[in-house]
Amino acid sequence: MLLSPTHLHIPDGFLSLVVSLIFWAATVIMVGLAISKTNKTLGEKQIPLMGVMAAFIFAAQMLNFPVAGGTSGHFLGGALAAIVLGPWAGILVMTAVVAVQGLLFQDGGLLVMGANIFNMGILTAVIGFGLYRTVSSAKKGLRLTVSGIAAWLATMAAALLASLQLWISGTSRLEIVVPAMLGVHVLIGIGEAIITVAALAFIEQTRPDLLTSEKTASSGGRSWIIAGVVVSMIAVLISPLASASPDGLERVAADFGFLDAGQGAAYQILPDYTIPFLGETALSTVFAGAVGAFILMGLLILLGRSLRRKSVTSEH
Amino acid sequence: MHYHAFDHYHAQESRIHHLDPRVKVLLTIGFILSNALLPDGSWLAFAAAWLLLLWANDQTRLGLGYTFRRSFVALPFAIAAVSAIFSPLGQPLAEWNLGFITLIPTDFGVVRFFSILARSWLSVQMAILLVATTQFPDLIHAFEHLKTPRTLTTIIAFLYRYLFVLTDEAYRLLRARSARSAGLPGKHRGGSLFWRAKVTGSMAGQLFLRSYERSDRIYNAMLARGYSGHIRTLNPHTMQRSDWLMLILSVLLLLFIQIIGWYR
Repeated sequence: MLLSPTHLHIPDGFLSLVVSLIFWAATVIMVGLAISKTNKTLGEKQIPLMGVMAAFIFAAQMLNFPVAGGTSGHFLGGALAAIVLGPWAGILVMTAVVAVQGLLFQDGGLLVMGANIFNMGILTAVIGFGLYRTVSSAKKGLRLTVSGIAAWLATMAAALLASLQLWISGTSRLEIVVPAMLGVHVLIGIGEAIITVAALAFIEQTRPDLLTSEKTASSGGRSWIIAGVVVSMIAVLISPLASASPDGLERVAADFGFLDAGQGAAYQILPDYTIPFLGETALSTVFAGAVGAFILMGLLILLGRSLRRKSVTSEH
Repeated sequence: MHYHAFDHYHAQESRIHHLDPRVKVLLTIGFILSNALLPDGSWLAFAAAWLLLLWANDQTRLGLGYTFRRSFVALPFAIAAVSAIFSPLGQPLAEWNLGFITLIPTDFGVVRFFSILARSWLSVQMAILLVATTQFPDLIHAFEHLKTPRTLTTIIAFLYRYLFVLTDEAYRLLRARSARSAGLPGKHRGGSLFWRAKVTGSMAGQLFLRSYERSDRIYNAMLARGYSGHIRTLNPHTMQRSDWLMLILSVLLLLFIQIIGWYR
């Protein structure tokens, strides 16, 4: 197989319905915003550019380099796309990449695609671009260093969020999944950082006009700095908490009701399954779930429509 | 061209191939949603879903086991669910002492683990069937009909169109690197790991610039040919009566599976 699945592409069945739908909603909002922003600032010329850039990320994931023991380092590309193309375009590019990986190659599921896009496209863009933006007018050395750190941190944060999603869905135990995922991605992240820095250095040498500080500043405002720094801080703070004292995090999540909500109806109904007249409740839960899903879907369609209308008017 | 590695469409004359792509997309998502809604341990319902899948497989004339052979893509991810076996909820089944840690599998945990595997295995097969019976441009068109923003579907269409081209470009870069990396057998060749990653990074930068400049030329060429912001298609995609029939029948079957799952 040309494209070996990475551990970040969650397949269908591994996340609970509630977690999948919540991340679909968040992803739809962010992607909708990204569409209206890119339409406003750059117009239709941006679309072929982003399409070809998405194909570039896909092809660049094929460039591997031998690491010890027959394994090889791969490239994810979310941070690089956000730094060079700007955060909104980066989000759209990564959305297209993850969508095609899931649809065409079954590398990641369909119902959980919202979570996959959020982890690999949106989170990496916020951290990658947000941190880079803090030093976008500094000297080359500092910028490259920060972009390397940002690429590493983005990979780690994506792995962390994926493991938290698996935990809240009741698929994995927190004390196992977080250290395992972070452990694997420490190395993947270092490869990612070196490739990102080397690619940026190369681009800067050949086409310095693509990476000027004005261009970076115009593609994303100062609020990206705050978002990037805050999200990075949260990721850095949660990681040791989750791997060193998982009980603490589990306790917090239970207190706030995350766990019950995330694991959904099946978890609460199954233990009582022997009560004879409970069929009624079970069926009503299914219908409630279906109605909820329909309402959510309707809201998303409405949101998509209103955004589309806005983007059409802004083109003219 | 390495297009066959990307094109998962299998041409065939069958009822499923001729089905409207919207119906196929909706039914695939419906099937995956139905699996997600089924409670843990409803084996009868999972079996019914599998029968539905086999029936669909049979209808496509690709053979009963067509999706089975490709269904193990998602299996490596099952490692992530292994820890569910040792869920503290439920009755302990055994106690394994590994010296540094004691593992206690529980009945609840085992049921949960195999339910996750069943859901994932069934869902991925339906997704495989979808791309095997639908051409990718039709698939994109279906998503456009289902109100996916046009900007996104157009980006995806471009991605698909230039995937082959840029992959070839990437292969050329890789071939050039191997051609320049000759070494004596048994002897260490190339530099340190850091150096290797740096070379790969330069290749990624090179590929980026080639793609970037190519996209400029593509845009100008498209403008010259009358591009107006979105890609047009000649296929009208209208829902026939057979499409509606298939949609309703399948939704009823999925509801039936849900009833089996919840009433047993």
